[in-house]
Amino acid sequence: MAGGHAHLLYRHGDSVVHQLPAHVKLVSLLGFVLVVVATPAESYWAFGVYAALLAAAALVAGIPGDFVLRRMVVEIPFVVFAALMPFVSTGERIDVLGLSLSESGLVSAWSLLAKGTLGVVASILLAATTDARDLLVGLQRLRLPARMVEIASFMVRYLDVVAGEMHRMRVARESRGFQARHLGHLRAVAHGAGALFIRTYERGERVHLAMLSRGYAGSLPLSDAGPASATAWTRALLLPGVAFAVALAGGVWV
Amino acid sequence: MHVPDGFLDVQTSVATGVVAATAVGLALRRSHAELDERAAPLAGLTAAFIFAVQMLNFPVGVGTSGHLMGGALAAALVGPWTAVLCVSVVLVVQALLFADGGLTALGTNITLMAVVTVAAGWAVTKLVLSVLPGRPGSVVPAAATGALLSVPAVAAVFLVLYARGGEASLPIGVLTASMLGWHTLIGIGEAIITGLTVGAVVAVRPDLVYAARHLRPALLVRQPDGSMVPAAVEQHSDQPPRRVRTIVVVGTAVALVLAGIVSFFANGNPDGLEYVAADQGFLATAREHLLGDFALADYGGVGDVPVGVAGVLGVLITIGLGRLVFRWAARRSDAGDFRALSR
Repeated sequence: MAGGHAHLLYRHGDSVVHQLPAHVKLVSLLGFVLVVVATPAESYWAFGVYAALLAAAALVAGIPGDFVLRRMVVEIPFVVFAALMPFVSTGERIDVLGLSLSESGLVSAWSLLAKGTLGVVASILLAATTDARDLLVGLQRLRLPARMVEIASFMVRYLDVVAGEMHRMRVARESRGFQARHLGHLRAVAHGAGALFIRTYERGERVHLAMLSRGYAGSLPLSDAGPASATAWTRALLLPGVAFAVALAGGVWV
Repeated sequence: MHVPDGFLDVQTSVATGVVAATAVGLALRRSHAELDERAAPLAGLTAAFIFAVQMLNFPVGVGTSGHLMGGALAAALVGPWTAVLCVSVVLVVQALLFADGGLTALGTNITLMAVVTVAAGWAVTKLVLSVLPGRPGSVVPAAATGALLSVPAVAAVFLVLYARGGEASLPIGVLTASMLGWHTLIGIGEAIITGLTVGAVVAVRPDLVYAARHLRPALLVRQPDGSMVPAAVEQHSDQPPRRVRTIVVVGTAVALVLAGIVSFFANGNPDGLEYVAADQGFLATAREHLLGDFALADYGGVGDVPVGVAGVLGVLITIGLGRLVFRWAARRSDAGDFRALSR
């Protein structure tokens, strides 16, 4: 908890991208990903342009490439899925390096990898340049229901506490010689999870009582910097705007 | 199992987005009854808990591991509506702060992992609870069964979505066999962790387990001579009589086994993706058989395995509709008459 509410992916900085209001960045990200998803897989060059745009955005934001690469591990299960596709898909088969592969499977594997990777990298850039608290304010500005934002803000606030508690339980187990080797060992882990739930729920009750004693009447005050300036919107929408313009000019949807 | 961007086409993503938004909207209204006005801090802390336990990995066969989805666990602990809300919040935070799961696939992810897991898990949990004796301890096997079936249910819905909006022409039959096979294994891990976790909570704070709230043990009064006598509390039971319940559950189980598992084996090729990938000869024959237009043609009619999935879904939908009709009938007619009739 020493780092305040800084989260795993956030990278402190004061680049132009960092200073953009969160809701503007969210809209920009959504627009960009929509353009990417709607691009047909056969327009190979378009994905190159999108990747270049993201690289430019990362450069402006001062996010180093290896930071992005390391976080891309979340994609691995679907990379495995994509790698299997050319082998099991139906349709025309072609020979590549002596393997008989499905042509449509290759195209869909490429599509999956390209779109998934661009989406993950774009999301990493958002998370790396936006503080968790700002993101919640941004979500509220985008009219996400207030109660949902409140729940998310409590979750983000106590995530480190709960994860820390779980980590301490693991340390306690392992310092007594515990090693999870087969399914029977899940018993100890699950009992820890049960204890964790009780502690978490009771903490929630205490937090609520503490809030009531400080005058909580059903809604949290969330400070808000006000609407974003036109300059901010222009800067943020540059990314999806250019992507859309390039796709349109290149005749991707013809 | 977080679906990334571009995995499903835009139409399917929008459709699941609408489903997710509706479900979350409903959950926002209905969760009031489960958590009253303490909702925000408790739901937030529960969401943090779910996020934490989702990090629990367990081995599934060789070199593969599954992680807890937590939908059935959350439903048993805090009630279905709050669970939908909490898991949805977890998914939003994962997508935005951890880049886990695509932004355009957020609707799909919420539909699969928040709505389907909770709905399937809770329905099964309630069904099992209705036949077990009314003790708090009954929640443990009930929640475990719910968790066990919630994972293949998600896999089945994922397959339906993939058949509609997937970008590849994968042979759906093979994909179905492999997905359901693996996810049944993952479901076993999920069931073990869920059951043991719920068991640990029930042992200490049974009042915290939403599914066990109405299963309080009988109030005992100690007499002057030291003997314990049940207090004279007016017992109000609105559960159907035991014999009917047994018939209902045995019937459901038989129907599900027939619809799901037996037709599953009728396929004759229930092996995983890897086996198929290696066995080119099989693929050649499978292609002829499976070349039909899966994406839009009637999903239940192609190959044998989709029939199994369709069968299970059909049975579940029928049971759901049946319950609705019965409840309506019970409300319409005099309750006493209806009881007599159902005996």
